Amino acid sequence: MERKLICIGCPLGCELTAQVEGGEVREVTGNTCPNGERYARKELTNPTRILTTTVRVRGGTLPVVSVKTAGDIPKGKLLACAAALKDVEIPAPMAPGQVVVPDILGTGVDLVATKSVERA
Amino acid sequence: MLDAVIIGGGVCGCAIARELSRRKGQFLVVEKEEDVCCGTSKANSGIVHAGFDAKHGTLMAKLNCLGSRKMPQLSRELDIPFRQNGSLVVMGNPQDRPRLQALYENGLANGVPGLKILERDALLAMEPNLSDQAVAALYAPTGGIVCPFTLTIALAENAARNGVEFQFDAGVTNLAPIPGGWRVETEAGSVDTRVVVNAAGVRADEIHNLACPEKMTIVPRRGEYFLLDKQAGSYVSHTVFQLPGALGKGVLVTPTIHGNLLVGPNAADVEEKDNVATTREGLAEVRSKSSMAVKNLPLNLTITSFSGLRAHRPEHDFSIREAAPGLIDCAGIESPGLSAAPAIGEMVADMAANLLKLEENPEFTPIRRGIQSPFSLPPEERQALIRRNPAYGRLVCRCETVTEGEILEAIHRTPGARSLDGVKRRVRAGMGRCQGGFCTPKVMEILARELDLPLEAVTKSGGGSRLLVGETKKFWGEEADHGGL
Amino acid sequence: MEACDLVIIGGGPAGLAAAVAARQAGVENILVLERDSRLGGILNQCIHSGFGLHTFQQELTGPEYAARFVSQVKGLGIACLCDAMVLDLAADRTLTVIHPERGIFTLHPKAVILAMGCRERPRGALNIPGFRPAGIYTAGTAQHLVNIEGKLPGRECVILGSGDIGLIMARRMTLEGAKVKVVAELMPYSGGLKRNIVQCLEDFDIPLKLSHTVVNIHGKERLTGVTIARVEQGLPVPGTEEYYACDTLLLSCGLIPENELSRGAGVELSLVTNGPVVNDRLETSVPGVFAAGNVLHVHDLVDYVSQEAAAAGENAARYILEAQTQTGPEIPVTCGPGIRYTVPQKIRLESRDEDVTLRLRVDGVYRNRRLTVLAGDAPVSSKKRRALAPGEMETIRLSRKPLPVGIRELRVLLEEG
Repeated sequence: MERKLICIGCPLGCELTAQVEGGEVREVTGNTCPNGERYARKELTNPTRILTTTVRVRGGTLPVVSVKTAGDIPKGKLLACAAALKDVEIPAPMAPGQVVVPDILGTGVDLVATKSVERA
Repeated sequence: MLDAVIIGGGVCGCAIARELSRRKGQFLVVEKEEDVCCGTSKANSGIVHAGFDAKHGTLMAKLNCLGSRKMPQLSRELDIPFRQNGSLVVMGNPQDRPRLQALYENGLANGVPGLKILERDALLAMEPNLSDQAVAALYAPTGGIVCPFTLTIALAENAARNGVEFQFDAGVTNLAPIPGGWRVETEAGSVDTRVVVNAAGVRADEIHNLACPEKMTIVPRRGEYFLLDKQAGSYVSHTVFQLPGALGKGVLVTPTIHGNLLVGPNAADVEEKDNVATTREGLAEVRSKSSMAVKNLPLNLTITSFSGLRAHRPEHDFSIREAAPGLIDCAGIESPGLSAAPAIGEMVADMAANLLKLEENPEFTPIRRGIQSPFSLPPEERQALIRRNPAYGRLVCRCETVTEGEILEAIHRTPGARSLDGVKRRVRAGMGRCQGGFCTPKVMEILARELDLPLEAVTKSGGGSRLLVGETKKFWGEEADHGGL
Repeated sequence: MEACDLVIIGGGPAGLAAAVAARQAGVENILVLERDSRLGGILNQCIHSGFGLHTFQQELTGPEYAARFVSQVKGLGIACLCDAMVLDLAADRTLTVIHPERGIFTLHPKAVILAMGCRERPRGALNIPGFRPAGIYTAGTAQHLVNIEGKLPGRECVILGSGDIGLIMARRMTLEGAKVKVVAELMPYSGGLKRNIVQCLEDFDIPLKLSHTVVNIHGKERLTGVTIARVEQGLPVPGTEEYYACDTLLLSCGLIPENELSRGAGVELSLVTNGPVVNDRLETSVPGVFAAGNVLHVHDLVDYVSQEAAAAGENAARYILEAQTQTGPEIPVTCGPGIRYTVPQKIRLESRDEDVTLRLRVDGVYRNRRLTVLAGDAPVSSKKRRALAPGEMETIRLSRKPLPVGIRELRVLLEEG
């Protein structure tokens, strides 16, 4: 089976074509650099993303703090992880890098703050 | 029982309220919207017509000329910006010469001062950007430009200062005759009054028809406009009209009192009395007509387009009369209604005062001070103001240089701003080239804080115009439907 | 503070990078003026990642990228005044500033760096017909409301324009529990980065309709829906209208460099970039006034903003320290067909020791082209590009050495091959 995708490794945005058979990537064409092939193989077998969103803060100078997953999580879990933060609220102060939710939805990845929020 | 209830907080209702407050009595303005200046008064050309256009002998002509004569003093009393920049009615087709002459003579008959017919060379010396077709023009030095928002708001503030009450979100649902007066039923409750003034703008027919057997019709006649960046504000310095001719009426091009350029309006009758949508065709019409009077108009500098509704009566004259005992109509106030408003206010208030036999109010003050901009003060006073109140040193709207201090004043006056648009009409925050992109969240926060509302309750212009639906993530797991608003 | 050598207007990515570079180049008295109450500019609300791949070889979020520069600025002891808005810049570099505690005051530095960034094109400038209800926001305003205030502008959203902020907001609204129904783009291609198309739209099955625009806005108080139609030759095609019920319309239809102050100072502006015309030192037509970042031309990546601003900081430092107030003869950089603009637009013939960085954008999508720079008739640089798109900025670095003597212009060409 032929799968087409756009490489996101750099602004070039190469249009990649991959031959996939039995869940295995046989060949990647259209890439300019090795990153393109790596990206296609990853994207077609185990796509992952960094989740960036916000979490509500109690008693801070800002009502929400920006957060990210400290590493990649499976792409399929983006929405579930975001939804899981619906009722999460953490007390100020917050510093960048501080863990907000450890091991979010069992991904093994921590959700950490990306900015500081001082106490109000 | 109140002495008078004025239905409608537009420029006429507010002018009538202010004139009534020269007398002793209990007066109330009921307004369907959340603020004054929400209908025709907020979306028009901002022109004070010299008075040559309205047909001699009509009420419209008389009140236009009188209003135009009153405007200079009124603007000083109310501390609002007004300037007699002069107007030109440009003739593009030599065959229309008799029409130009007729307009001149009509103006003379109406008593408009200083009218002159100018030929092309003299015209171009005054307005170098006039179109190549411009042959001659009628020049009226007393034509002027005014801020329709602050005119209406200042009239309301001054009326309130002199004792007039305002009830908002109070659309009138019924008028019932009671002994010695009327029961005015509104969405906000009912009130008994000896006299009712119907200043309901495009809905004045509906109010009239609640009480009178012979029916009135008001047709909402929509006009669409382009507002251009201040960079284009001096493209013309006079208000440039086109002489109505074989090709129709044309549109005007004028500087606004705040230094923008305004282009429009077209005219199209619409069904609904709240249909202030702009249309592709309407804007295209304005665009093409504008080029007939002024050449190379930089319409690429448009910062917004909008439309307003004229309260047009098929008879095409103002209808100001006692339509039923104790009910005074002030209806069909289409252009030049803004210009005539000071005179309309006086005329209607006199009529009401005669009916009610009111005494003079010795405490009346005609003076209202505008909202203080620190930038209009000399340096020492400015520094002192900011030292006293740092909010005047916090710039909220960069395009129109509006400080937080001015916004606080706009909110805390009576009647005060309760929405983004209310703030915008009073101090111009959000009126500039970025159209509120930068200051909207800041103004929302200030409104929420000062009115003690959650941020979600702040509206664009009252009613259902909520700006936010709630906190982020609130709706996770719920099906979206418009009931959420 | 009033006796400062260098004033930088704007404490966003451009201003901060310029300040660091100018200090490292030896300028002692620097003042950064920031209108917000914290430094970092628009990066504070750009909470997504993807910043800093070039500068720090790391994928940072906007706040993290900003924090790195803020800590450098603080570490170097550079003075910053927040909540300060510049009201006016005069041609003699006198600045008038307003601040809640300090009132209105003036500064007269030896040099100024313009780093005010850009603003979004509002609905009014797009002339979209229809009503004017609540619920219409520029993407950046919505981004502020969602990411800083923690508030949701609406539940069902249509986005007009596929600029990067619009794409990013499609994902943000989705992750915050709203439904993004469609992104409509007037042009036949997206103005955003490829990675954003993939990760903000495709990941969430949000359709992107190219060559489509909003032709009507419905709803008198709050938005109730929009009508979208296909566009051919710039005009909506009758019969292609589709109605989308929604309570929110986000606009991502272009950014405009914020040059009101520049205009007031008499700085010559480019009709193409809407930013100042600069020479290879990023100096504007007003001596001692430099420009960098989105105020100069809209960038795609913040890393390039930082690079450009650092160059402006170094050049301003040289101007101050070497008292180089005279600009020698300059030649124009001209653009061949397909190239919208270059920055700088002029090159000084003197100072032949410095390299020149040309940044440019093309006017359409091109494949397999060469970007060639001609000095007179002689090519001085030629680089192959597999793909070029209007949404992505191109950079050409020229070594000064081979520039022939006596040339009248540098010409940049987009060629086959």
